[in-house]
Amino acid sequence: MEAAAKTKVFGKPDTLTGVPYYYCPGCGHSLIHRLVCEVIDEFGMAGDTVAIFGVGCSCVSYPFFNLDWIYTLHGRAPAVATGFKRSMPDTLVFTYQGDGDLGSIGIAEIIHAAHRGEKFTTIFVNNANYGMTGGQMAPTTLEGQITTTTPEGRDPAHCGSPLKISEMLATIDGAKYVARQSVHDYKSLVATRKSIKKAFEVQLAGEGFSIVEILSQCPTNWKIEPVDSCAWIEENMMPVFPLGILKDESGG
Amino acid sequence: MSGEVVFAGFGGQGILLAGRVLAQAAVTEEKNVTFFPSYGGEIRGGTANCTVIVSDKRIDSPVTSRPEAAVVFNNPSLDKYEAAIAPEGLLLVNSSMVNRNTERTDLRVIYLPANDMAHELGDERVVNMIMLGGYAQTCGAVSLDSLKQALLKFFGEKRASIIEMNERALDAGASASS
Amino acid sequence: MESELVSGNEALGYGAITAGCKYYFGYPITPQNEVPEFMSREMPKAGGIFVQAESEVAAINMIYGAACAGKRALITSSSTGISLMQEGISALAAAQLPCVVVNVMREGPGGGGIGPSQLDYLQATKGGGHGGYIKMVLAPSTVQEIFDLMQTSFYLADKYRLVILMLTDAILGQMLEPIEMKRIPEGDLPPKDWATTGHKNQREPRMIPILLKGYTPINYFQAYQDEAAELNSLLQKEELRFEETTTEDAEYLLVAYGSTARIARSAIEQARGEGIKVGMMRPITLFPFPYQRTKELVSAAGKTLVVEASGGQMIEDVRLAAEGQGDISFYGKVGTVFTPIDIYDEIVKLAS
Repeated sequence: MEAAAKTKVFGKPDTLTGVPYYYCPGCGHSLIHRLVCEVIDEFGMAGDTVAIFGVGCSCVSYPFFNLDWIYTLHGRAPAVATGFKRSMPDTLVFTYQGDGDLGSIGIAEIIHAAHRGEKFTTIFVNNANYGMTGGQMAPTTLEGQITTTTPEGRDPAHCGSPLKISEMLATIDGAKYVARQSVHDYKSLVATRKSIKKAFEVQLAGEGFSIVEILSQCPTNWKIEPVDSCAWIEENMMPVFPLGILKDESGG
Repeated sequence: MSGEVVFAGFGGQGILLAGRVLAQAAVTEEKNVTFFPSYGGEIRGGTANCTVIVSDKRIDSPVTSRPEAAVVFNNPSLDKYEAAIAPEGLLLVNSSMVNRNTERTDLRVIYLPANDMAHELGDERVVNMIMLGGYAQTCGAVSLDSLKQALLKFFGEKRASIIEMNERALDAGASASS
Repeated sequence: MESELVSGNEALGYGAITAGCKYYFGYPITPQNEVPEFMSREMPKAGGIFVQAESEVAAINMIYGAACAGKRALITSSSTGISLMQEGISALAAAQLPCVVVNVMREGPGGGGIGPSQLDYLQATKGGGHGGYIKMVLAPSTVQEIFDLMQTSFYLADKYRLVILMLTDAILGQMLEPIEMKRIPEGDLPPKDWATTGHKNQREPRMIPILLKGYTPINYFQAYQDEAAELNSLLQKEELRFEETTTEDAEYLLVAYGSTARIARSAIEQARGEGIKVGMMRPITLFPFPYQRTKELVSAAGKTLVVEASGGQMIEDVRLAAEGQGDISFYGKVGTVFTPIDIYDEIVKLAS
């Protein structure tokens, strides 16, 4: 048999260290990490990128990234990113925040970072619950969804309905690119990667604030199988949180 | 020369500006000076006041309970500071606004109808500079020239007409007090 | 050099810009509004950045961001706002990020009032936020000293990778005094080889808080405490600052800081004029507190009076310093400004 010329068709991006993920089986974070790193590789900017992480499952993610990395207080990543990017305008800066971190305790910081048109990008992971603390209700928890603090299911009569944060942010002038994507199937991965790339481009062009919300699986706290969690996003989350580009004022 | 003085009146009578111009004039003369504006509880009831201390020595406390002089722009200020002035101290009264004379007999007292004088000068806003001119002339803590130089700091060279009006007010207050 | 007439709040800004600080994040609160107003005007001229934050909570975290980049950054606020920042100050200390925070103290707990006080001494010196960290606390008493200590604060922050908290108050913030704006020369500083400025493909990635690396969660916080204790001893040896007034032969000792101390100095001059042998210890570093020297002075004096615009906070450190010796009493006042006569009367009582 002829020695086949080996061509590498798939591998990890250089911006990922290769340290094995220690997230729960089926968790969406590892997919999102990879997509972010692929885009950074594509730009060749790992040496000039700083990752700013909020509090949530991903706040222990530093071993996974070949990037300078900042850990922040709960909800405050957009304020830290503001201070950082204003003092280091030539770096590529992204915050990585969950729905509790960004949508609840940090809602003021994200709104005002967008409001000022801060030139960084936010990767906003929406898995409809507080994952790290064991599956409590988040602002994005669906109506009727059972969490550890809504044992009978989220009742809008006294817990409110899911907060549509990206729709809200899209109304703000300083936000130039707002998209909602998902990582539940191959097609959505491709779209998410494209949105992350676009969001980074908006930042690098100095146009303003950009954010990509990503619906992400949390089979452990949803108490379903990993494979079922992908379908759960499509059947339950996407009707409430429709995917797409909510706003694109880039290049204008 | 040194001096401790309280300027007191309603908010809006230019009390703090009078104090700041005096303090700036002292800096021009390379003297030590502190300016302390009314603050917190003292500002309630619509009164404004500031304490300016000018000295050739180091100034420790920027506040005093026995000022050497008081420049009062209204009745409540006379009521408040009349008794506090140090023995044989100086009292300047805006007699356009204050309707009584002081009961102190040990003080050097000057009554200036400052609102009427300002009206005659053609600018109601310069009441504060008339009173300041009167104080500087009487106490001698700073010269009139230094006060005029200080005006430049606050109004800038572009606002020549405002500066000129304020200079005339300083002069008017000074000559009415000498 | 020509003197400039400036307020204590403006002196904070001038001092910071003179020290090379280019990042200021602020939120309006009386009685320190002159600082953000000054910075919004002057920072751009100095090639720096002013951001009006949406809250004190955001502002302190913006400082965190600038400090991560290794930049000199300043934040100012007043009591209520400083309380809102405590989590952030704790995080800055945990991450050993150098920065300067100023509290222009106002009065009262809760929303409080806008009058002057020294009610935040314990918050400033004994923690304030959670988790057992230390920071340096400096207390100027003149506008010139505000300008000078602001420069020193940036130096000390970089030297020790510490949060430096300056305590002023409404009196010092609002009053005007002529100052000379001289640059204070700095000593050598360690390189900021921890800043997360992007690895440029030339070094290993860095993370902040950096201390997490190399430790497990089990030994990390013990190590942090050990390091804090070591630093505390070092600061006691190297960085104590205080000023004594006529203590050589003092039979009566006042202990006061900040604006209260300068008002007390007028009272002391009057009392000395009448033959009362009174002196004063004015701590400039409230943390580290000059325990040893205070003990010597308290022991040497017959009676000690701690004077504060509070119900009695620094007196705890004076008692700690005295280790049971001396006769220590307290005089305090909140909401209205001390006058020299107030303090003079207390000195006379002490001496009778």
